[in-house]
Amino acid sequence: MPSEFPIPLPALPLPDAVPLSWYLILSAILFSLGVAGFLFRRNIITVFMSIELMLNAVNLSFVAFAYQLKSVDGHIFSFFVMVIAAAEAAVGLAIILTVFRNKQTLEIDEVSSLRL
Amino acid sequence: MDAMLFLTFAAIAVACAINLVLQTHPIASALSLVGVMGSLAVLYLLLGGEFIAAVQLIVYAGAIMVLFLFVIMLLNAAAEKKVKKPALKGVVAVPLVLTFLVLVAYLIQAQAPRGTGVKFGEFTGGGALDIGRSLFSTYILPFEVTSIVILIAILGAVVLARKEI
Amino acid sequence: MNFYILSLLKAGLLAFVLLTFCAYLVWIERKVLAHIQLRPGPYRVGPHGLLQPLSDLIKLITKEGLIPGNVSTVMYLFAPFLAVALALISIVTIPFGPEFEIFGVRTWLGLTDLNIGVLFILAMSSLGVYATAIGGWASNSKYALLGGLRSSAQMISYELPMALALVAPILIANTLSFRELAEAQSGFHFGLLPKWHIFAAPFPQVFSFIIFLIAAFAETNRVPFDLPEAETELVAGFHTEYTSTMFAAFFTAEYANIVTICCVTTLLFLGGWHPLFPSEYGSDFIPVILLLGVAGMFFFHAGQAVKTRLWDRFSFPVGGVVTLGLAGLFLIPMLKPILVPFFWFAAKTLLLIFVFIWVRGTLPRFRYDQLMRFAWTFLFPVAVVNLLVTALAVALTTK
Repeated sequence: MPSEFPIPLPALPLPDAVPLSWYLILSAILFSLGVAGFLFRRNIITVFMSIELMLNAVNLSFVAFAYQLKSVDGHIFSFFVMVIAAAEAAVGLAIILTVFRNKQTLEIDEVSSLRL
Repeated sequence: MDAMLFLTFAAIAVACAINLVLQTHPIASALSLVGVMGSLAVLYLLLGGEFIAAVQLIVYAGAIMVLFLFVIMLLNAAAEKKVKKPALKGVVAVPLVLTFLVLVAYLIQAQAPRGTGVKFGEFTGGGALDIGRSLFSTYILPFEVTSIVILIAILGAVVLARKEI
Repeated sequence: MNFYILSLLKAGLLAFVLLTFCAYLVWIERKVLAHIQLRPGPYRVGPHGLLQPLSDLIKLITKEGLIPGNVSTVMYLFAPFLAVALALISIVTIPFGPEFEIFGVRTWLGLTDLNIGVLFILAMSSLGVYATAIGGWASNSKYALLGGLRSSAQMISYELPMALALVAPILIANTLSFRELAEAQSGFHFGLLPKWHIFAAPFPQVFSFIIFLIAAFAETNRVPFDLPEAETELVAGFHTEYTSTMFAAFFTAEYANIVTICCVTTLLFLGGWHPLFPSEYGSDFIPVILLLGVAGMFFFHAGQAVKTRLWDRFSFPVGGVVTLGLAGLFLIPMLKPILVPFFWFAAKTLLLIFVFIWVRGTLPRFRYDQLMRFAWTFLFPVAVVNLLVTALAVALTTK
């Protein structure tokens, strides 16, 4: 911080510098929440949003490792992940629109005409 | 101060992610995802990735999620109906995901590089200049390929979302 | 002085000035529109309607805050909050003047400087789409939903030409931070023409300025692009179902957005706080001369009080004396390094705000499909071509 805080703060038992593993564990938590949403939700759009959550968690990992290796490559990868996520969201939502037009439903359990 | 900021925004991110998974209405889930992206943008700022933080807000939270919101409003998606959950889910699936999470967390703790604390302001190589330089010299080929990918995505979306006459 | 206390003081001052200015911007708009339409405008509440914003505020706050039945309350209340928060946050990165020293404290006339300042403003305006979309959807009414969707689609469509028009002066200045952008426009060509980006050396950014201004009209939902909130079209668009404080919030957010976009345009294209001609030729006395002229007009019209406007005999001389005091303020040498650059910045921003209001009083509005077609088939290709030409000019002229 540029200068001292005007009011003395209580000394909390927090580390001075956040360990990198905390960022990676946060990324793991977000990723597993994404996996949970992907497996357990029945609305197509919510499933899709869980996929986006997984992509975000992976982005966080990339940027954390870019910090550790002090290189900008992690940021570039993260940038490309975002671009591909944008393209995937556009096409995926168009597919969802088409499925809705044909089946009039947004539940993945009902789009089962290919099941044996 | 860094630790306080990290814990606050990590807590917000996890809370929004849990809200995303637990909410029944898709719009509530979409807004929770926007909350996750916003708090992740702050975490990117803490990690020195200022350009990525801005791009996350402009592209991901400001464009992709707006697209999601438009589609949800267009399809008039309603809240999911409650169905009798098969007992298999509670017994097998949730503990499985939790085991996966605990395993990954333990592996990270064991393997994570020690001694590198993340302090705000230590990594200054994430600005627009560095990203631009890297993007247009080392990664020029993926950059051009992504422009073609976006073109294909636009064509695909336009063709798929067209009204069938 | 302690960094935190200084920042707190500056933030408090900025918030106060901004909110008061937004309130009086409503008065300015109503007066200017009225005079364009050859009528007096607000006149009775206070001298020349100067207390009109106060009475509007009291009216809006004391109205019944009605929350309709079938809405989801959380999102209904979240949308105006988000609108105001985003509109006020954007002001944080804007520098209003250069570095100065007063009572031993050396600081910039602006809250902070991000080295991705321009991207921050773009991010906040991208997030502002949510306020309209959620406001429209949460109101659970056909008109509000349609207005909200149309407004959001318009805002995201015009973000593209806006961003492209914004990149062109950034190519010339080679930085994303607002302070350095403004500093890059100091100095004069041939000792006379200011080095603003509109007169920039490789390629004058006139087209970027026009494209950015048109996109700014669309981003702030102003005429000629205000179909989503026009009264004759969709009742009132996305804020149909909002009353009292929530409507005041949307209203404040719209005017704060106008102020922010005009400040950004000034910094990007019109040289920020740099004067029109060098101070050797007397540009430091321009504010004094202007204010003396205004005071003269006040005193002249005070002598011509009409029978129906007897108030003028008292209010105009008072206004004249106040203006003379302001003119004297600009002559104090200790305050000059702060006031003169701030005057130039404020003059350019107020000129742009006047253009916004002038266009509102003059042009009819676009139909929705005309609006979208204009963005995608005309403005976006023109912005791309403009960016390519600027990039070519910059590449050919830099070593």
